[in-house]
Formats: sequence, C-alpha cells, structure tokens
Amino acid sequence: MKFLPLSEADRAEMLRAIGAPSVEALFNVIPKEVREEPKLPPPLSEIEIRRLMGGLSARNASARETAFFLGAGLYNHYVSAISDQMLYRAEWLTSYTPYQPEVSQGTLQSVFEFQTHICLLTGLDVANASLYEGASALVEALLMAERLVKGRRKAVLSRGIHPEYRETVRTYFTNLGLDVVEVPLSNEGVTDRALLDRAVDETTFAVAVQSPNFLGLVEDWNTSSNAAKTKGAMSVAVVAEAISLALLASPASGGADIACGEAQSLGVPMHNGGPLLGFMACRAEHQRQIPGRLVGQTHDAEGRRAFCLTLSTREQHIRREKATSNICTNQGLMALASNIHMSLLGKRGLREVAEQSHAKAQYLKREISKLPGYRLPYAGPTFNEFCVEAPEPAAPLLARLAVRGILAGAPLSRFWPGEDNRFLTAVTELNTKEEMDRLIAALGAER
Amino acid sequence: MSVELEEKAPQLGDATHPERQHEPLVFERSGEGKVGYSLPPLDVPPVMAIPESLRRSEIEGETEISEVEVARHFTRLSRLNFSIDQALYPLGSCTMKHNPRTNEEVARLSGFAASHPFAPEEVSQGTLELAWRLERALIELTGLPRVTLQPSAGAQGELAGILMIRAALEKSGNPRKVVLIPDSAHGTNPASAHFAGYKVSELKSNARGTLDLHVLEDAMTEDVAALMLTVPNTLGIFESQILEIARVVHGKGGYLYCDGANFNSFVGIAKPGLMGIDVIHMNLHKTFSTPHGGGGPGSGPVAVTEKLIPFLPRPTIERRPDGTFRLDYDRPDSIGRLRTFLGNYGMFVRALAYISAYGNRIGEVARGAVLNANYIRAGLTGIYHLKYDAPSMHEIVFSDKKQAEHGVHAGDIGKRLMDFGFHPPTISFPLIVHGALMIEPTETEGKAGLDAFIDAMRQIAREAEDNPEILLKAPHTTPVRRVDEVAAAKNLILRWRPQGMRRDI
Repeated sequence: MKFLPLSEADRAEMLRAIGAPSVEALFNVIPKEVREEPKLPPPLSEIEIRRLMGGLSARNASARETAFFLGAGLYNHYVSAISDQMLYRAEWLTSYTPYQPEVSQGTLQSVFEFQTHICLLTGLDVANASLYEGASALVEALLMAERLVKGRRKAVLSRGIHPEYRETVRTYFTNLGLDVVEVPLSNEGVTDRALLDRAVDETTFAVAVQSPNFLGLVEDWNTSSNAAKTKGAMSVAVVAEAISLALLASPASGGADIACGEAQSLGVPMHNGGPLLGFMACRAEHQRQIPGRLVGQTHDAEGRRAFCLTLSTREQHIRREKATSNICTNQGLMALASNIHMSLLGKRGLREVAEQSHAKAQYLKREISKLPGYRLPYAGPTFNEFCVEAPEPAAPLLARLAVRGILAGAPLSRFWPGEDNRFLTAVTELNTKEEMDRLIAALGAER
Repeated sequence: MSVELEEKAPQLGDATHPERQHEPLVFERSGEGKVGYSLPPLDVPPVMAIPESLRRSEIEGETEISEVEVARHFTRLSRLNFSIDQALYPLGSCTMKHNPRTNEEVARLSGFAASHPFAPEEVSQGTLELAWRLERALIELTGLPRVTLQPSAGAQGELAGILMIRAALEKSGNPRKVVLIPDSAHGTNPASAHFAGYKVSELKSNARGTLDLHVLEDAMTEDVAALMLTVPNTLGIFESQILEIARVVHGKGGYLYCDGANFNSFVGIAKPGLMGIDVIHMNLHKTFSTPHGGGGPGSGPVAVTEKLIPFLPRPTIERRPDGTFRLDYDRPDSIGRLRTFLGNYGMFVRALAYISAYGNRIGEVARGAVLNANYIRAGLTGIYHLKYDAPSMHEIVFSDKKQAEHGVHAGDIGKRLMDFGFHPPTISFPLIVHGALMIEPTETEGKAGLDAFIDAMRQIAREAEDNPEILLKAPHTTPVRRVDEVAAAKNLILRWRPQGMRRDI
C-alpha cells in the first residue's frame, strides 16, 4: 500500500520493541463478536481511480462546458489560477487549526487578512475566521443576537431569505425554545414593510433580511434595521451573493448589527454545493459574542508582530455545553482561497466584477422580457439574478435546455409550491454575450 | 566562498534569517494603481440599474496589488506553517495523516468542481452516483443500514445524530431530557447535546480510563435520551465492554451515539453496527484523509440504525430500480436540513477516492495506526508519566507529571518539540489527564520518523531535568518565538484598519 511506509522488517522490529507477538494481538481488546472484514472491492491504483472519477465527472453538466446561468445561492464566478495553485501547497493543504501559533503564522496571518477583507466589505468592525456556509452562518448570527438581547424568544425572518437557510434555522431552533416568524414578500418581491413592522415586537431578538434576496431583488437594509431598532432587536443582514457587497450599500451603512451569509462568490469554486465559505461580521461592542474562531494580533517573546487564535474561552473545547457554538473545524482552506482572490481583485477588481455581473444580467433581463410569453414578474432593482416567468412549467423546460448544454436557471417550484412557471437566472462576469444570446434563442425556439 | 562569508550567513533561528523576517500584511503591500487581475472588456452596454441610494462608495482600504506580489506574499506566508508533508504531526484526536494528491486532482474535475446541485437530475447522474457510492462504502464500513453525507463537519454530524435521536423519541411520545457524556469526551459533544435541547450529565471515567458499567447503570434512567461515547475514547482506549454498555442503554430505551472521531483505529476491522451503536458520525478529514486545510473544510457523515432512517436530514439520495439516481425531498419525518445543498461535496470525491485506493484492505489503515501508536508508547513509557495504562489503540496520552517537578509543563514540551522539527501533540486534552500530551502518529508515519520523534521526546525529558530553562523559553528556531496569547486576548486587535478610516462605511 503506497500510503503505508512500514516495511515487513520495520513491523517485526517494532513489535519486538512493543513486546507484542503480532499486530493482530494489539486488537485483542476489541470483542470478536463485533469484528468483521468489509466487503469492498479490491484496492484501485491511481490510474483506476482517475478512470473511475473521470467517468463519473463526465456525466455531469459543468459550468466550464455549458452556457451556465444557475445561481440561487451558489455562483459561477471567476477564480484566478494562482488561488487554486496556492491551495496545493502542502503548508496550506496539510496543516490544521493553528493551535500552536509559533508554527502556524502563515495560516494565522491569512485568517487575519481574511477577517479584514470581510470587515472592509461589510463595513463592520469584526469578522470571524469563517463558518461552514451561509445557512448555518445565519443560524449562528441569530443565536448571537439572542445572547445579546437576553430574554427574548422570537426571530423575525424575511421570506426573501434563501429557503434552505430558513429551513436550516428551523432545524436548529426547534429544540432551543426559540420561535421563528417569517414575513412574506410584497407584490414587488421585497420584504413587506408593513407586515415586517407588525411582526417585530418587544419579544423579538433579531430581524433578518437578505439582499439581494432569493428572487434577486435588492432590499434596503435600513428597512429591517429600523424595524429592529424601534423594538430593541438586533438587525441581521444576510448576503448569499457576496460579490454584491462590492457594489451595494454595505450592511453597516444600512444599520445592520450583524452581517452573515455565504462568501463562496469571493474566490471559491461551486464544488457542487460544498465546501463553501460562511462568514460573519459584527460591531466592536458585540465582539465577545461572535461565534467561531478569531485570530488576533499580538507579539512574540522578542516583540515581533505575531498572530494567534484568541477569545477561545467562548469555544466548545473550553466551555463545553456552555459554548457560544458547537462549531470546531470550519472552512480554513476556503478562507485562504478567498483571501487570495480578494487580494488579487482588490478595490477595483471586486467592483468591476460586480458591475460586469450586473450589466450582463441587465442585458439578459431585457432580452428575455422581449420574448413572447415570457415575463419578468418583479420590476424592482436586481443585482445579478432575477426571476423569470415562462409560459410553461419551468422545471421540464430547464431540463430540456440542460441536455442541450444550457443551464438556464433554477426552478422556483421546489421552494415555492405554486410557482411552477417561474425560475431564477443568474449572470456573472464569466457569461459572454454569445452565451446569453444562445439562451435567448433557445428559449425562443422552445415556444 | 570564504569562511568569513559562511559565518555571516544567517542561520535558522537568527532574527536576521529570511524565514524570520516580517511578512507584511497583504494590505500593507498595497500601492495605488497596481492591479492583480484582468477581465475581458464588457461585451454588453454598461448599464447601471441600481439607484444610487442602494449603492456604496469605493471599498476603502481594499488592496491594489500585482499578481507577482500576491504570489510571493502567500508563498512566504505558507513557509511559516508546519505541515504533514514536512514531518510527524502527532496532534492527537485530529488524525493528521498523509493526504493523497490524486484525490486533490480528481476533486477538481470539472464535473465535480464546476457543477451545481440545482442542475437538473438528467445532467447530474455522476454527482449523485458518486455520493451514493460513498454512502454504500460507509454503510459497509459501519455495518449500519443508512448514511447521510450532509453535515459540514464532525460537530454538525453530532448535532444531526442527536437531533435524529430526539425526533425518534419525540415520535414515540417522549423526547426525554438528558444526554450522558463521559468526562473524557470532546468538548463538541456537550455543546452539540445542548444545541439539541438536552441537559448534559457527565459520567466519571473509572481508574482504567474507561466508562464504568456501574456508573452507567446508575445514570441510565428513562429520562436519558442517549449516551454519547467516543470509541476508542480520547485516551486511545477501546471500551471493551461496548456490548454491555449498549445493552444497558438500550434496556432503558435510550440510544447509543458514537463519536467516530477515532474511527481510524478500527476502520475495516470492526463495525459500529455490530457493537450496538445506533448512530456514528465520521470525520472525512480524519479517517478518510481529506485535507485539514489549516482548519477545514471538514465533512461529518452520519450512519444510523434502521429506526432512525425516517429522520435523516433531507434530501436523501435514492437509486431507482432502473439504476438512475434522484434526490428525495419528500421526507415528512426528516429533522430538516443542517445547511445548504448536499454537504461538502468536494470532500465526498476525495473520501471515495481514498476508500477506493484501499478497498477491502482498508483494515491496514487501522493496523498501521495502532502499531505506530504502540511503538511510541513503548519508546516513551517510563520517561513520561502514563496515567492510564490500559492497552492503546491509535493514540497515547502521556502527562507532564514527571517534568512538572522541574517546573516544565506540557505546553513547554510541545513548544520544544518544534525545535526538533515536529508539531506538538494535542496539549491539555483530554481534561481528565492533568498536563496531557496526546500523541497520534497515524499509519502514514514510517519507522524513521517515529524513532526521531521518540529520540526528541527523550532528549526533552533529559533537558527538563538538566536545563529546564531551554524548555521554558522554547521554541528557539521557529519563525516567531513564543507568542503572547494573553496579550492578544487582553488587547483585542482582530483586523487591520487603513489610517484614518471612518466607521460605518
């Protein structure tokens, strides 16, 4: 076995040192009744593994080989070659959580930089080292809000928040004695302001709104922040398409206390939905309640700048059942990828990617609206994703197009029963005009 | 080259050595007008349809830096990290084994890395089949009938498992109140039980370091939903009475949850399903060698017994009679979902590649891991104190008791190991061993590496007696000297700020 470096002679010598007659003897502590050899196929060589995986990979639609407009919380953005090649370096790939700062300064400094990027984008003061992904990041943000506004039991969530995020919140909240109230969207496709104001009361600890929302529409953070502030609740800004942070008003400027969501758009490939990159940021006065790992700046014994994990007394390995979160391993490598990507794009690149995605989406939006039978149900401003109403059920239509190499979007029917004809289409800087024209022609030809 | 020049060449450990020079923050390398990216010209009209009131101004403080500088920056930073590929990384409980690079390559195939879980089923059969195959492999290895791959990491797997137990108990009328957890458990166990709405009751380990049947019998009432047991436990000791433990728990209608963080020690040799375990989470980044990546991503699949299948997170992956695959969202008893999409899919690819490489010989993994740990144990017994001397599986927990007499503690021993080119073991865990040094070599360490580690540990023990000062000031050769963690927590600096930056932008 090529991953096992012991020779027969090594084994014999080691067993002598241990004083055991055989390797099997070391397993005598395991009762016979529970032992069984696995019925798995014989070992595969590297060549066979490549062949097996190549065969499975070839049966999937890849964004690299199709006209690709799927989004709905997971976006096909550009990633520089240097980012992925850096991830191959053993020093990044094969190290772990930097518990020992003297031999982990690379990871620690990178996380510190990642935290800074997230602060600059959200306008908030403090960001953590990452969370699993957007949905559990929202859960953690709500739980943080609950700790900050003690004694209240209700979270108010806009129905414009990604349906899978809301479902995750329900899973986590069921047994914590916390209530979730969902506020419907208005006919304009944004959070209904009157219903939101009515839902928030003195028992509310958090008001959470997503922008751009699940339908792609830009929401005004001030609406939710005002509703929250009037009743003394925390305003939670949810972002599922993080490149929008480079163009849209920042959560901090809109009065948000906590920003959270999915940063996959900032340098992480889609990976069929994972690993992704959850993020969270908050105001300085709340920093001791932020969950997850945090890297802080300090100095070494000789006075040089150094970094280390800090405030770990909030974490489960010390606080056990009283911890702020049960999260342990998070998304280190993805945070690194994102740090590299954000550093490369920087001030202008992040903005340009956002602007290009927006302009291209506007082009596609306009062209689709011209197709007979097709309609854009919402008129409000969108960033790079929008809802389309087809003249027929969307799911079979999208499946027919997919087989022809056009991934036109995600059907809404899975999330909103009754919305059978509607789908979400996302556009990024990677989509060319030629691809968009191909999509428009294909939709036209389906009629 | 003259002798003089050679003498002047900086040595590793000198403050002048390039490895110990400051690497500025990427923001400090920034300079106005520099660029690190290029995009094609916009091929549609440059429309801006978002009103100004909803837009931001420029991102103050963000970088302006060239690709060259970014390449150097991250290469230099990387060299400040210790990694498995360098040498033994005996971080107990974390299973720092070699990460096969084939797995990295295949995970990046476009049909996996550039695919989307909302793509129609017709063009997703490969991704679904791969996940289904991984489930089948884990079912075979655990001896349990069904698996969910959704949890993002071990801790989320724990939560999923306890939530399923809770849902099943609730369905039969009473969710119960308490989860029993031995005092040697990982901190994530009590945290997860708490998030599932349970009160945690801690069980004291016996003198052997294992769970005492009498202690369990006393604690196991009909108020107890589950016992969360780590097998082998965090001392690296197998709970040989596992079948009796299961009988006691089941006798009162409770569930036996296994923290599978240590599955590496018996994978392919014994099956949790045969032990009476009802739920086990596995860490793909431990046993199945997906890279630890400086702190994730993890992946924490959970295998469950028949009774818990209806409660699995949704969607599940199903195979139709015609051999095609689909996602099943229609699961009314499901606990719901724990995250978006299907889980950390990229880790599924790597884990299946890893399992395929071993196939029916995967028991060699456990054999190697247990042999290596016992070899280290033999090499250090008598030199370091061993509080619990029951037979070791894949890891061994010594303590600093002997060295503490000279004022040297586990942390100092760990720091000194860095000077010998090793990563420290896990320090101060499990909590039941004061001054713990938790050593897990894994099966991917060769004899030479183990010998060098043993030699280093022996020399450190001698130094503790003869020259404790050298340990108290260690490390001496690392890119930075001992880092002041107390100062970091006292004066919190959690980000860089551009000079004169306004708040709230």
